[in-house]
Amino acid sequence: MKVSNGRWRERLLDQMPPALAREIDVYETEIELRKQGKLDEKVFAETRLRRGAYGQRYDNGQRHDGRQTRHLDYPSAGLTKGPNTLWDAPGMQRIKIPFGGLTTRQLDVLADLTEEYSDGIAHVTTRQDFQLHFVHIDDTPSLMRRLAAVGITTREACGNAVRNVTACPYSGVCSDETFDVTPYAHACARFLLGHPDTQDFGRKFKIAFSGCKHDACALTTIHDMGAIAATRVEDGRVRRGFELYVGGGLGSVPYQAKLFDAFVPEEELLPIAQAISRVFARLGEKKNRARARIKFLVNNLGMEEFKRLILEERASLPPDPTWTAHLDRLHAHEETPLKPASSLNGTAHSEGFRRWVETNVRPQKQPGYVVVTVTLPLGDITAGQLRGLVDIARRFVNDTLRTTVEQNFVLRWVSEADLPEMYAALDRIGLGQSGAGTIVDVVACPGTDTCKLGIASSRGLAGELRKRLAEQSVCLDRAIQDLRIKVSGCFNSCGQHHIADIGFYGVSRHIGGYTVPHFQVILGGQWTENAGSYGLAMGAVPSKRIPEVVERITRRYVAERRNGESFQEFVKRIGKSEVKTMLDDLTHVPDHSVDASFYSDWRDPREFTTGDMGVGECAGEVVSQVEFGLAAAEREVFEAQVLLDRGDAQQAGHQAYVSMIHAAQALLRTKMAEITNDPDRIVNDFRTHFYDTERFFDPFAGGKFAQYLFLAHQRAASPYTPESAHHRIEEAQLFIEAAYSCYGRMSTATVPVDGSR
Amino acid sequence: MDIQHLNVKFFVEHPEVVDLDPFLTIFNRWIQEQVCDDLLIDVADYRHVVAGPGVVLIGHQANYSLDNTDNRSGFLYNRKARLDGSVQDRLRQAVRSALLACRRLEEDPLLQGALRFSGQEVRVLINDRLIAPNTEAMLLALQPELHAFFDGLYGGAEYTISHPSDPRERFTVHVQASAPFDITTLLDAVNIP
Ligand code: SF4
Repeated sequence: MKVSNGRWRERLLDQMPPALAREIDVYETEIELRKQGKLDEKVFAETRLRRGAYGQRYDNGQRHDGRQTRHLDYPSAGLTKGPNTLWDAPGMQRIKIPFGGLTTRQLDVLADLTEEYSDGIAHVTTRQDFQLHFVHIDDTPSLMRRLAAVGITTREACGNAVRNVTACPYSGVCSDETFDVTPYAHACARFLLGHPDTQDFGRKFKIAFSGCKHDACALTTIHDMGAIAATRVEDGRVRRGFELYVGGGLGSVPYQAKLFDAFVPEEELLPIAQAISRVFARLGEKKNRARARIKFLVNNLGMEEFKRLILEERASLPPDPTWTAHLDRLHAHEETPLKPASSLNGTAHSEGFRRWVETNVRPQKQPGYVVVTVTLPLGDITAGQLRGLVDIARRFVNDTLRTTVEQNFVLRWVSEADLPEMYAALDRIGLGQSGAGTIVDVVACPGTDTCKLGIASSRGLAGELRKRLAEQSVCLDRAIQDLRIKVSGCFNSCGQHHIADIGFYGVSRHIGGYTVPHFQVILGGQWTENAGSYGLAMGAVPSKRIPEVVERITRRYVAERRNGESFQEFVKRIGKSEVKTMLDDLTHVPDHSVDASFYSDWRDPREFTTGDMGVGECAGEVVSQVEFGLAAAEREVFEAQVLLDRGDAQQAGHQAYVSMIHAAQALLRTKMAEITNDPDRIVNDFRTHFYDTERFFDPFAGGKFAQYLFLAHQRAASPYTPESAHHRIEEAQLFIEAAYSCYGRMSTATVPVDGSR
Repeated sequence: MDIQHLNVKFFVEHPEVVDLDPFLTIFNRWIQEQVCDDLLIDVADYRHVVAGPGVVLIGHQANYSLDNTDNRSGFLYNRKARLDGSVQDRLRQAVRSALLACRRLEEDPLLQGALRFSGQEVRVLINDRLIAPNTEAMLLALQPELHAFFDGLYGGAEYTISHPSDPRERFTVHVQASAPFDITTLLDAVNIP
């Protein structure tokens, strides 16, 4: 959409890391190929997902306007960016922020992108990412280049890949931590990003690092892999390592991660992560997405067998120096304060400031410094506020900030005496709200606002609860101040409702010929102890009555709690049936003619429908590594044609040859676990597995197309004329077509393709 | 000069009386009734954000919002799709679209005449830092076009153009007429029937 789209590449070329720049070029070519109909929509969908470009509600070209389902007539008509996903429909761009760590320069760029490509709001997610909504797919390469120029990649922010690696936002400054996990989280994120062993998962894979076991800052037990800092004394020496958990996850059926090993030494962390990736890629479910997360694999195998397989895999890994390279640079992540340590003097302060300090400020382990939480309502922040935050960070704390899993920001290394001025500065940009980490700080997933799977309006409900609770916050009883409320728009649990004291997820009920938005009530989840236990469903209540649910339950807790009894203990004591009885009258829905407000959702005046729900892209289609490889080869031959058009015959001919090698390499993935990059070996292996067996033979042309590869390889070092380059390109195109046909025949064959992988 | 992605904002006369709640209903109705040629898609609600974009009607060609950026309530037209024609044509298109929407809101029965926009002040910005960096040079280059346009819009009345110079911001000008103008008068000036 932006007229400047063609110009950012040139402008930023020398500021982007070359590998990242090349990746974005490739992505842009894939966009072009898709527009020309030369790239399959399913493959393109997974391609964009792996770059964080996600679908959004109504991108199938339909929206119920409250009276009827309306067709959205986009100019690009039949062009799609995935199955049933229209090209021009706005989408979401997810931006990975490893361990939530950002510099002010990066934040400045995020502010610019928020204004120019989105609707003016950046959204912090429950996994420390950013999301921009209503972004046009044509703008995404420019957006990615501007991020790449400040060292941010969106690669593998979605799709069946290793997602953002999260970590405690207090790492390095928390008095409870065993040690600072930041450098380990960073090393893990870098090591697994784009790693060949993480490219063939059946589902996403989420990793979290925590500095201690008891707090909830990183929620390791809800992750596919969770690492908690641990130390062990060996031979009188303190060794660092991690208590490692595997197989956790929320979703419709939540699983607590299981202990894999009480102590994985620091130097073994990355090889073990690699071995887990390999086993997950090899044995994890690929066809049935609902059972494809690693939690099912761990559950099916049992931890003992799972661990045996991992250790066996670990033993077979070829050594890699990157496993331990970061251990020499652990101090590189240490932050330094801008101001000397100080203490808050005893002068009188406003009530607002006092409340803000109480909820939004916590001491660091370094005396005289504190961490300030900047509360973002529903995780939303404007471009202007981002820039204001940049100024505040530069003025008070040097250069870095972190996002949190509670959808807020934290500023670390604040000299205590600066608190009044910092509060005033935050307040001036509308970010001086207190209540961080309290019942007011309601967490919500995007829900029906933008998510294709949303059933009910999680953000609408969260906004309403937040407003009501904030109004009463001064007089809320202390016992309920620290409870957590979390809301998901459906059972998929992106709002993490299972681990809230009071959680909700969207459902619907059919009543009197209408569909009525409801929320399932989940009580008694445990947020602390790294999300120590999950809550229990108590029944569905109409959406519009949920505020009454919160009020009734919290009031009863305040009135009846026994000495020091936690909310979880209270819920357990009074029991599920008592809670159900208490909420029973709230489940009643008045007739439409009596009160029509029940038949629309929070902050959405349209009559409620579930007809807008689409097909989720949470993990995209499972596109095999072979299909990816073949699509990449196809793109390369397209690039060869472009080079030839530009008059560079030598490069064009070479590129066409390379595309054939890559197509052959892709096919070999069906035969071998270890795939070489050496062209000689690829051609030899291809000959053995596909030519000698006649597996590659075309029903009519026989082995002709394979001969193109052999010939091209034989003449790889010969110079190209425009004519010979042209021939090579033609041959490459035919070879890649034949590779697709061969793969198609193998996939539909009744006899399974070699089970050797 | 390839000036695109123009944003135009007219401010509310009495911001203290603005209640954003009805705009969810109004903008959803605009989608139901397809009130303009643009493809209107969805409504985004940011009422919970202080000094934020308020309530946004997301369209394909443009977004429309009751915007509260800088704590100044007004109607914002944000052109996203490319426009053909001269710079004057594009300015006219953006300002006309903004004015039409303002008039539609002023006449909306749900608001019962409580909402009035001032035509005396308008903020114009270009939502693309690459084609329009926020520099003096950009201002100098665009000034003749801006004067040609606003001379016509304000019918020869005096006005000033100011330019906030923060290089991090998008290229923005504030145009302030010396006398009050209402929306209908300005619409007449851009030749709307
Ligand atoms: S929980 Fe459901 S509605 Fe919410 S973001 Fe996840 S899939 Fe979408």
